[in-house]
Amino acid sequence: MCLGVPGRIVEIRDSMATVDFWGVRRDVCLDIIDEPVVVGDYILNHVGFAIRRIPPESIAETLALYETLMAEDEGDFMAADVRGEIEAAAKAVKS
Amino acid sequence: MSELKFRDPAMARELAHTLERMMVEIGRPVSVMHVCGSHEQAIAKFGLRSLFPKDLTVIMGPGCPVCVTDVPEVDEGVVLARMGVRIATYGDMLKVPGTVQSLADAQADGAKIDVIYSPSQVVELARSTDEEIVFFATGFETTAVATAAIVTNNPPKNLSVLSAHKYIPPVMEIVSEMPESRVEGFLAAGHAATITGSAVFEPFAERHKVPVVVAGFEPLDILAGVVELVKLIRDRQHIVVNMFPRCVSREGNLPAQEQLWRVFRPIGGRWRGIAHVPNGNLRFRDEFAHVDARRRFDIDVKSLWDFAPPQLANQCICGDIMAGIRNPNDCKLFNKECVPENPVGACMVSNEGTCKIWHLYGGVPDLSDIEVAS
Repeated sequence: MCLGVPGRIVEIRDSMATVDFWGVRRDVCLDIIDEPVVVGDYILNHVGFAIRRIPPESIAETLALYETLMAEDEGDFMAADVRGEIEAAAKAVKS
Repeated sequence: MSELKFRDPAMARELAHTLERMMVEIGRPVSVMHVCGSHEQAIAKFGLRSLFPKDLTVIMGPGCPVCVTDVPEVDEGVVLARMGVRIATYGDMLKVPGTVQSLADAQADGAKIDVIYSPSQVVELARSTDEEIVFFATGFETTAVATAAIVTNNPPKNLSVLSAHKYIPPVMEIVSEMPESRVEGFLAAGHAATITGSAVFEPFAERHKVPVVVAGFEPLDILAGVVELVKLIRDRQHIVVNMFPRCVSREGNLPAQEQLWRVFRPIGGRWRGIAHVPNGNLRFRDEFAHVDARRRFDIDVKSLWDFAPPQLANQCICGDIMAGIRNPNDCKLFNKECVPENPVGACMVSNEGTCKIWHLYGGVPDLSDIEVAS
């Protein structure tokens, strides 16, 4: 529940951003992010809210870590948590 | 490539040897505590306890937000649901036992419960209907900031929030003061500290003379964190070390903290099974009384208590487990009457609960089966 998930911002409208999580696009709220972001930045999403701008030098390492996690099977709790976090932003998307 | 980097067995063995050597130098048993469900998942899944020296005990403390949501808080949600109010909450909360019923029980009796992943979905739900919606909001500061964000952003009038949010730093004080727990150091959770920053632990480390290490949640991150913690214990250095700078800064996320404390005030309250925790509960400030479900509705929790509470619940030792005094194997119900499909205690409900994690992965690996490299 406290695990955040990284994604890349592809569009910003006011305080909402469309964020790409490994090809899945979701809406994420920017109200409580730690610093200003622009399109192309990576953020850490938690329950549909961006809680941190990921420093550029940390992006590759962060993504590699999550890719290791998500390679785990369906029953794995942490992998389930990561999928749940991506899902967290899912329902908010407007077409 | 990432496999090598994050799950490198040679590096793990090297860290394990370092630990062994330092424990010999210390020359007595040491207990440390982590407060994060994700940490326990990794420790249990990768059998890290088989790498720890015998004298070193790594305990999971109150790191599962669902588990520490107190019985009367669940009762409040159940009463509201039974009054016909539509409840939106995180999926993990449904099976958490109240005094006589869980939200899932109330749902089976016809109450309207919506499972959500994000507070934004609660706002959408409220906008889509005229019904009163109560967001039963649980979780630590990482999740509380998201709740704060929706209530400061003109929420719909039919939306209110039943806050069961909890704040981690104060409970660490309580647990470290328990004479039975003998915890000499804490591993702090990476993503909760993303919000608060590592500095929030500095006064605590100083006052209680216990080091705190902020660690990531991969197996090697955790091992490295434990190594650092044991080193600090050996050297009697009561400081905070941040080993997760990729995610955590010293100050934390300042705009989020500002939002959090603008909306919530910390008050004392019980954490399920553990203790009364001064400043451990987050409740709405008066400026946000209009979204506080406790002020909008007359929640008569006592109306539930005509029923007799389930007998088995009296034997549950979740509280002692979360305080680090006992572990799931000490519980008579564990993996017998109490299983994930039919949980007696809250620790068997959530994926972040110690009992559910040990149910899936086992907690302390059987060392006779495992060849520990020498």
